[in-house]
Amino acid sequence: MKQKLEVNQVSYSYHTLDGETPALSHVSFTVRAGEFLAIVGPSGCGKSTLLSLLCGLAKPESGSILIDQKPFAQTGEAIGYMLQKDHLFEWRSVLSNVSLGLEIQKRLNADSRSDLIHMLKTYGLEQFQEKRPSQLSGGMRQRAALIRTLALKPDLLLLDEPFSALDYQTRLSVCDDISSIIRSAHKTAILVTHDLSEAISVADRIIVLSARPGTVKKIVPVSFPEKKASSGENADGKPSGSGTPAPGSSLSPMERRNAPEFSRYFNQIWKELKSDD
Amino acid sequence: MTKRHPPVFHSDSTISSGQKEFLAAELLHRRQVAISRSMLFVLLLALWELAARFGWIDRFIFSSPSGIAACLLRMAADKSLFLHTGITLAETLISFLLVIGIGLAAALLLWSSRTLSEVLEPYLVILNSLPKSALAPLLIVWLGNNTKTIITAAVSVALFGSILTLHNGFSQTDPDKIKLIYSLGGTKADVLKKVLLPSSIPLIISSMKVNIGLCLVGVIIGEFLSSRAGLGYLIIYGSQTFAMTTVVTSIVILCVLSAVLYQGIAWLEKKIK
Repeated sequence: MKQKLEVNQVSYSYHTLDGETPALSHVSFTVRAGEFLAIVGPSGCGKSTLLSLLCGLAKPESGSILIDQKPFAQTGEAIGYMLQKDHLFEWRSVLSNVSLGLEIQKRLNADSRSDLIHMLKTYGLEQFQEKRPSQLSGGMRQRAALIRTLALKPDLLLLDEPFSALDYQTRLSVCDDISSIIRSAHKTAILVTHDLSEAISVADRIIVLSARPGTVKKIVPVSFPEKKASSGENADGKPSGSGTPAPGSSLSPMERRNAPEFSRYFNQIWKELKSDD
Repeated sequence: MTKRHPPVFHSDSTISSGQKEFLAAELLHRRQVAISRSMLFVLLLALWELAARFGWIDRFIFSSPSGIAACLLRMAADKSLFLHTGITLAETLISFLLVIGIGLAAALLLWSSRTLSEVLEPYLVILNSLPKSALAPLLIVWLGNNTKTIITAAVSVALFGSILTLHNGFSQTDPDKIKLIYSLGGTKADVLKKVLLPSSIPLIISSMKVNIGLCLVGVIIGEFLSSRAGLGYLIIYGSQTFAMTTVVTSIVILCVLSAVLYQGIAWLEKKIK
């Protein structure tokens, strides 16, 4: 499969009058098209900085970031960035919140609007489109934030601990929801999290970063046996809108958590994270 | 004035007896407050009137409610009531609109340029803490004995504080919300239109509430110094001719005027929500 994203020897520091804080040092990795990559690391290891660099909100001090083999500035590539909190604006209705990106890029027209309404329907928010964000539950708000991101049709999705603001139960089900939405839409995604089990339950590969300044410590490929063809029914019953998955489809995050391989990965990555303290 | 919503007193039988008792107690409490409020007003007026009638206080210096009422009627009859109130009101509204317009524009300019805001900050702080009445004699010399002076005085009272408050509020906009706009491909203009202004509406309204009062203060200061009409003129004229009833009547009209202006902003606030 072709490389969607190549990160070569990227370094970045924060500068203040008190001095320089190196956040990332010589980070290199690649992401294949359609892959779901998770980045884990101790807090303050520059995970969020890395995402800011990837979506162009900051420029690396050295090194390069290539998207589809082209430097960042030359790609007209849409990159979707989902922040930690949903940041839905209370002064806008749900529909007008999810259309914010299109509105800013002046791409809001009858077609894109009907796409939006279709997405709201698919993700179970249709009756809430004229409501205010405060009338939605935490999980619904997160789904609305995802729709706002997906509305721009990004090829590459960056998720910055998108579930961390939710309570544990909601977190598990929203994680299931959102990963199945992303998988069924065949998006390339990078999830940053400090929650190991979340990373193992959704990712194809996990990058372990060291403490500040962040460097790539280990890249762990994650593979779970595919779902048996006989039980090819969509067991999770979430509003993924993907219909019934093909027989032999991959496990949902919840099913992965129950698989025997799960704890093996958990221990392996846990040891990686702990190894230098 | 309470801002609480009137409770809904259902008469249907679906509510429990506990709820009924609570509602009855709440209704009683509110009636007590309303009745005590108006009783207190009537009592004070009666006391004032009696004290003046029986010579406990000098009615020439302290005036009296009946004197004020007679003065109001006389002024309404010769239309001077409407002239003076109208002029003060017009001057207040003009300076209020100027303060809001200039204040918003200046605060946005400071928000858009960190260098500019840091350069101007000490000047704004000094101008804000300077007692504006000290400027009044200068303004008369510079601008003349006219309405321009009054409006400039009023604007100078409210403007600098308003710029500082608005700029301070603007710079506290959630940085993640701004990051969201940039991550969606937006520019600084989008941040302004989609986040800054909509999220600052409560701030702008509360700044308006402060400014309408300050503008009235500034207009009265201005009228004390240079005017031929208006409530401030009436107060100064009354005190110079020792017509204390005219002075007190003007103050009563000012009370009503400031309450009406404040309620106007409160109405606007409700309208926006």
